[in-house]
Parts: sequence; structure tokens; C-alpha cells
Amino acid sequence: MTSPYQATNTPADPRHSSRLGFFQRFYLVEVLQGLKLTGIRFFANMWRHTLHTVFRVKSAHGAVTIQYPDERRPYAARLRSLHRLVRREDGSPRCVACMMCETVCPAHCIYIVATEHPNPEIEKVPERFDIDLGKCVFCGYCVEACPEDAIRMDTGILEFSSYSRGGMIYTKETLLALEPAGPNGAPTSPVPIPADRSMPRNRSMPS
Amino acid sequence: MSGTVLDLLLIALPVAFAMFVVLNFGGILGWVERKQSAIMQDRIGANRASIFGIRILGLLHPVADAIKLLTKEAFMPARADRLMFTLAPFVSVFFALAAFASIPFGDTLRIAGREIQLQAVTLNVGVLYVLAMLSLGVYGLMMAGWSSANNYALLGAQRAAALMISAEIAIGASIMGVVMVYGSLNMQDIARAQGMPLLPQYFGPWIPAWGILTQPLAFLLFLTAGIAATKRIPFDTPEGESEIIGYFVEYSGMEFGMFMMSDFLETVVIAGMTTALFLGGWQVPYLAPSGFAFPWGLEVPLPHLLVTALQVGAFLTKVSVLIWLLMLVRWTLPRFRYDQAMRLGWLGLFPLSILNIVLTGLVLLLLGRTSP
Repeated sequence: MTSPYQATNTPADPRHSSRLGFFQRFYLVEVLQGLKLTGIRFFANMWRHTLHTVFRVKSAHGAVTIQYPDERRPYAARLRSLHRLVRREDGSPRCVACMMCETVCPAHCIYIVATEHPNPEIEKVPERFDIDLGKCVFCGYCVEACPEDAIRMDTGILEFSSYSRGGMIYTKETLLALEPAGPNGAPTSPVPIPADRSMPRNRSMPS
Repeated sequence: MSGTVLDLLLIALPVAFAMFVVLNFGGILGWVERKQSAIMQDRIGANRASIFGIRILGLLHPVADAIKLLTKEAFMPARADRLMFTLAPFVSVFFALAAFASIPFGDTLRIAGREIQLQAVTLNVGVLYVLAMLSLGVYGLMMAGWSSANNYALLGAQRAAALMISAEIAIGASIMGVVMVYGSLNMQDIARAQGMPLLPQYFGPWIPAWGILTQPLAFLLFLTAGIAATKRIPFDTPEGESEIIGYFVEYSGMEFGMFMMSDFLETVVIAGMTTALFLGGWQVPYLAPSGFAFPWGLEVPLPHLLVTALQVGAFLTKVSVLIWLLMLVRWTLPRFRYDQAMRLGWLGLFPLSILNIVLTGLVLLLLGRTSP
């Protein structure tokens, strides 16, 4: 009786067979083949490292590592990152506090308090516009729903963190100050520092 | 009076040099291991430790590691045997360090009318001495495993002892062939004999009689058993990071660091011993004590000190290349299961070493001589 979880047929490729061949039994040949593989890898990478470091050939890379805080890989153009509120010419928010985003948000993380706008041609303006990023699921529905193109998720900022849940609530002023990301997706504005962490520790945030 | 002081200094010189080389190799091997494995695996490896922004290829990481280990608490389990627990890492490191003493790193150095053997301790039974020290090293692990009051540590120590016995047997038996060919147990004599031409009646003065040519099977067996003696992958059953952690599971701080260090030191010892027995020791091809004497007739006389420097450099180069090879093995192969390692030691290496002894005896009998 065969178990359904067991392979019943032997694979066609003898290298994948569990039975050892004559030379495989000695193990030594297989070891030497493995050492050849890793040895060639070592010298090829060493040669590229030498080209890069000694001969200054900057296109030669001996490693695939991206040294993250120093280097960033380019983000996709449509990446959904930290939200920002788009500003008008005079710096006031483009948002008219229609509550569309708050309604559509599946995580209920947007909280808006509307107030009168001094300009009578504009209906309303948010007095408060808080996003709880501890709840946000980055679905982007708020951006889709906005009739005024007032909220976008194109800052390229992903490294926001906080020591408390309250620190994850980003207010209108913070969101208004953010700028869209640069051409390769790198953020152009600094990561907002939450209220419970007044000073960044040790090093400045990657810009 | 000053002659006595000079004598003492000249005796201390090779010892100090051997200690300097071994300790520095041992200290830097942690960096070598991390960097070499990284290069083999398309990574960068340790490069973050910096002093004022200077990183020098991550070479500061051993320093940072040492500082960290020294400042960490040396924790001891409540039920541990205090004396044995404290003594174990020192025993382990001591025997690993002492094993290097009889490995020659150069020919006789003549300076100020005196002759110095470039070898920390000149012993007629140097080969046996190294074997003895390597075997005694396992006592440190057994003490650590026993005194930790931890079942996993005990399991690791038991595995270490079993592995060490099966490896030592193969090491001893495979060396016998070398001893038969060169007719001495003194490692300096063996290294010196490897400078002679191999079978001059057939090949002329072209090929030096290095151990790897006269004893190729013994070389493979010794290297395999030597890797087992260092207790590193593929023979790291005593440690078994993913299953039992091993004999040092209860150790922390520099005491743990000493166990790690002794593994590296044993790697250096095995590399040094392989160099001395199989790769011609400090021999540079065609370099006689008076200078280069090439077989096509060209002779380049060199001063004595330069010849000695070349020999020591050749020894260090060979050791470095072997360490590279051992690291390559360590980062290529997966770990043997405990029973597989035992089977390889007792049913693979040991009978093959005996076969090698018999074959060597037959060949020596056929050639009708006791030296190459």
C-alpha cells in the first residue's frame, strides 16, 4: 500500500534518484564537484570585487547585496507608501472634507472633522485629518475615492515607526508637509518623527 | 653572562614567533570565515564595525567581537561543577596552542654563531606529540560537557569524544605511511627530506619529493580526518547548531569565545601539520640552503637570512592556502549525521589507512630503499 504523500514513480533524471551511483558511493568525487562549484564562485566574485575596489570598475559587482540604509533599491512607480495631503497654491489643503475616504476606508483609520473654509467658493476644509497608520492596510482606496485628488500615497516613505500606538497617528499638519517621491522612488521629504520620539536615536533618518 | 641571555632569547624567539603566528591566525580566522563564506555566496560579509568611519574591509570585527566577549557576563549554571567548568575552556585552548609547537616553519637559522631550529620545540617524536596534544584537547570538551549540568552539553561532549577517537585513529594510521617513507618521526627531518628529488633514477632532479606525491592517499585521508579533528562542518556533530548546540551550550562571554577560538586554532594546527607532512613544509622548490639551484643548471646564490625568510614565507603561504581550502570545505558541505561520521571514520578512513600502510611497505620493498 502506497501513501498518497509518497512519490510512487522514480524520476527520469538519475541525479534526482535516491539510489547512489558507483562514484557517488565514494562521496569524494561528489565532494570535489561541490568544491569546484563553490571555488569557481569564490574566484569569480573575488575577481569582481578586485575590479570594483582596486581597479575602480564601478559596474563590476561581486555581491548582490543592497546595503540598505546607504543604498536603496528603486521603488516601483505605483508603490503605495505613506500618505500625503495635496496642497493648494496658497498652501491650504485641497481636501474639502467630503468624508469619501473616511467612508471607504476598510480599516477605519481616517478621522476627519470638517469646518467652514474662509473662501465662500470652497465648501469645506478639514479642521482635523488624522490617519492612524497603525491600522492602515495600505489598500489605496482613499486615493481612489478622493474626488479632489487631495490625498496621495506617493511619498516613498516606508520607514515610519513609533514606540506607542498614539505615535502612529499622523495629523493634518504632518501629512500636509510631505512631498512626493523622487524619480526612482526615493523619498524627498524626511520621515516624520512621531510625537513620542522627539529626537531620532544615533543617526539621522535616511533622506 | 650576556651569552646566556642571548641564548635564552634565541630559544624564546621561535617559540614567540610560533605563538604570534598561531594566535594571529586564530584571531583573524573568524573574519576570514565570514568574508570567505560571503564571497562564495554572493554576499558582502562583515563590513560595519568602524572606528571614525574607517572600516578596512571589516577587519575591525574581530576586535569588536573580542571587546564584546570580554565585557559580557561569564554565566555559570547553579548546579555546575565550578572548578571543571572554569578550567574547561583553558584546557581546550591550551592544547590547541601547544599542538603547534613541534611544527617546523623554517630550516636551521644560523645567527651570531649559533644554530636555531625554526620550530618552537625540537622533538624526535614531533608527529606523536601533535597527535597527543590534539587528542588531549578533547578533554577540555568533555570537562565542559560534564560540568555544565546540562544534558545537551553532555551529549555534545560524548559526540566530541567519539568523533575524536575515530578521527585520531585515522590520522595516526595515515601518518604512518609518511613516517615510513621519510624514516623519521621528527617533523623537521620530514620537512627536510621533502626537499630531496623524488626517485632521481626515473625523474632526475625535477620533482621534489613532497608528501602529497609520495603519499597521495594518505594526504586525502589525513585531510579528511583532520577536518573531523577540528570539529567543524562537515564533522560538527559535537556542536550541531540546529539540534543540540553542543558541549559549550552553557558558556557565555570569553569562555565561549575560547571554545570557538580553539576550533580555529585546531584548523591552523591541522593546516600546519598537513603543510609539514604533505606539502613540503617550509620547502621552496629548488631552493637549497645556499640559494636557488634550478635543475637546468642555473644557480642564484642568496644570503642565508633571505633564504630563511623565503622558507618561512613559503610555510605561511602554504598554511594560508590550506586554511582557505578547509574553509571552502566548511562552507560547501552539509553536516554528516552522527552515525555517518562514525561509519566514515571506522569503515572508510581507518581501513584505507591500513591499506595505505601495506601499499607503502610494498612499494618501498619493490624500490629496495627506505627513503625516496
